Amino acid sequence: MIRTERLCKYFQSNGSEVRAVDGLDLEVREGEVFGFLGPNGAGKTTTVRVLACLIGPTKGRAWVNNLEVGQVDLKIRAQVGILTESPGLYERLSARRNLEIFANLYDVGDVPGQVEKYLRLLGLWERRDAEAGAFSKGMKQKLSVARALLHEPPVLFLDEPTSALDPEAAKTVRDFIETLRGQGRTIFLCTHNLDEAERLCDRIAVFRQKLIAVDTPEALRRQLFGRQTVVHLARHDERFAAAVRGLTDVKHVDVVTSDDGGGKLVISLNDPAAQNPGIVQTLVGQGAQVQFVNELRHSLEDVYLSLMQNGAAPGGGAQ
Amino acid sequence: MKKIRTIIGKEWADMRRNKLVFYVVVLVPLLMTAIPVVMLAIMGHVGVSQNDMNELGRMLDNPLFVDMSPIEAMQSVMASNMLVLFLIMPLMVPVTIASYSIVGEKISRSLEPLLATPITTTQLLLGKAFAAAAPGVVMTWLSYAVFLVFAYFFSVSTRVFSIFIDPMWLIAMFVLVPLLTVMAVAVGIIVSSRTSDPRAAEQLGSLIILPLMVLYIGAMAGFIMLNSTTFWLSSLITLLLDLGLGYFGVVLFQRETILTRWK
Repeated sequence: MIRTERLCKYFQSNGSEVRAVDGLDLEVREGEVFGFLGPNGAGKTTTVRVLACLIGPTKGRAWVNNLEVGQVDLKIRAQVGILTESPGLYERLSARRNLEIFANLYDVGDVPGQVEKYLRLLGLWERRDAEAGAFSKGMKQKLSVARALLHEPPVLFLDEPTSALDPEAAKTVRDFIETLRGQGRTIFLCTHNLDEAERLCDRIAVFRQKLIAVDTPEALRRQLFGRQTVVHLARHDERFAAAVRGLTDVKHVDVVTSDDGGGKLVISLNDPAAQNPGIVQTLVGQGAQVQFVNELRHSLEDVYLSLMQNGAAPGGGAQ
Repeated sequence: MKKIRTIIGKEWADMRRNKLVFYVVVLVPLLMTAIPVVMLAIMGHVGVSQNDMNELGRMLDNPLFVDMSPIEAMQSVMASNMLVLFLIMPLMVPVTIASYSIVGEKISRSLEPLLATPITTTQLLLGKAFAAAAPGVVMTWLSYAVFLVFAYFFSVSTRVFSIFIDPMWLIAMFVLVPLLTVMAVAVGIIVSSRTSDPRAAEQLGSLIILPLMVLYIGAMAGFIMLNSTTFWLSSLITLLLDLGLGYFGVVLFQRETILTRWK
C-alpha cells in the first residue's frame, strides 16, 4: 500500500545540506495502522509530505496505493487524506463551509451528504454553522479529521493528531481513529505519543532520519528484551536463584531484593509458558514461598528509548 | 472549473468576513471617487484667472476641448486628469486581496491541507487571481458609475459631461482597468508567494502603483496628454505584461519552498 525504496529528502540550509530523510526503506501493508515514531526533527513530517506529494523526494522512490510519487501526484493526492499537525482551518468560515470547500476540491460526489456524515460522526453537527475559529482545539482537530476523510481515502496520513490537545480531546480523537481500524484504510500515524502508538498501531517504525527498527510493538519488545518472567518470593535466598540458573534453557536470572527480606527473580526465558511450571516447582522444592508469577512487560517507552540509544537489536529491526 | 470556482467561492466568503480587506475593497474606491467629484463641483464654481487662461490655451489645443468656454475647459481638464485615479483603484484593491491570499493561508496554516488536495498550481492561482481581480474591476466600474451620476449634476454643460463617456474614458474603463487589475493581481500573488509577511507582501505589491502615479503627476502637470491613443498603447503594454507576469506567477509558485522554508 505504501512502499519506499532508499527514499531521501535533503534540504539546503545556510549553504549546507540537511538530510531530513536518508535512505528510507519501508513497506506499509494495506489496512494496517502503522505508527511512525521518532523525536522532534526526526523527519517524520517530511516523510509524510513526500508521501502525500506535497514535496518531492531528493532521491529514491516511493509508491502510495501502487502509484509512484512524482509521477502521478494529482492521482495520489486524490487518494490520500492528510491531517496536518495544526488544523489549518478557515477560521472565519463555518465548520460546514470548511468541509464543503474540501469536498469540492476532492471531487466528492455527494457533497452535502458526506459533509453531514462526517459532521455527525465527529459530533459537530449541532455546531455546523458556527465559525471554526470559535471551536475549541479538540473540536478543530475533529473538524480537520473530518476534512481528511471526506473523500473516503484508502490511505490516511495523521501527523501528530493529538499533540496539541488536552487529555479529554486527545482521547476523543484517539477513539475516533480507533473506529477507523477495520474499515480497510491504511493509516500512517506520526506520533511521539508512545501510549497512543501502543494502543492504535499494528506495527511501528522507529525513525530518526534513517529507519532504526520496524515491527509490531510486541516483536520489538522480544527482540530487545527477550521474554522475562518475574517470580515474587516472600523471602530471598541466593540458593533459589542458583537453582533456577541450573535449569536448562534459562538464559539469565537477575535478583532484586527488598528491605523486608523478600525478593524478585527476573528470569529471561525462551518460552515462559512451557518453562514457568518447572521454575515454580524447582523453587518450591528449594523451600521458596512463591507469592506471584507474572511476565515482565516492557513499555513501548523502554523499547523506544533503547532503540534511540542503541539502535536495532541484533537480528531484529528494519523490515 | 469546479475547483477554480471552489477557490473563488472560498476566497470571497473569507473576504466578506475579513474586515480589513472588506474595508479596503469598499471604502478605498468610494473615497477615491469623492476626489474627482469634489474637484468637478469646485471647478464649476470658481472664477478662471488670466494665468489659468494662458495654461488652458495650451490645453485647448486638445481636440477634446475645442469650442469650449474657459470654465467648461477648466472643469473638463481637471476632472479628466482625475481619470488616472480610476486606474489606480483597480491596483489597490486586488493587491491587498492577493497579498493576503497566499501569505494569509500560510500564516493560518491552511495552505498545507489545500495543497494536499488534487488541485493544480494553475487552478489554485487562477481561482485566487479571479477572486482578487473581480472585486477590483467591479468596484472600479461601480465607482465610475457613481462618478458619472455626480458628474451629470456638477458638469457646467452637457459638453463637459460627454467627455466622461467619450472613447478615451471607455477604453480606460473597459479595456485598461481589467488589464491593470490582472497585472496587479499577478504582482500581488508573485510577491505573496515569495514573502512570508502579509504586510510586506502588500507593501511590495503596492509599488505597482508607482508607474501610474507618474502618469497621474505627468497629466496634472500637463507633460502627458491623456487621449485614446495613450490608453490603447497602455492597454497593449499591460496585456503583454499580464501574459508575462501570469506565466512567472505559476513558475515562481514553489509549493515546496512555501511549505518548507516559511516558519
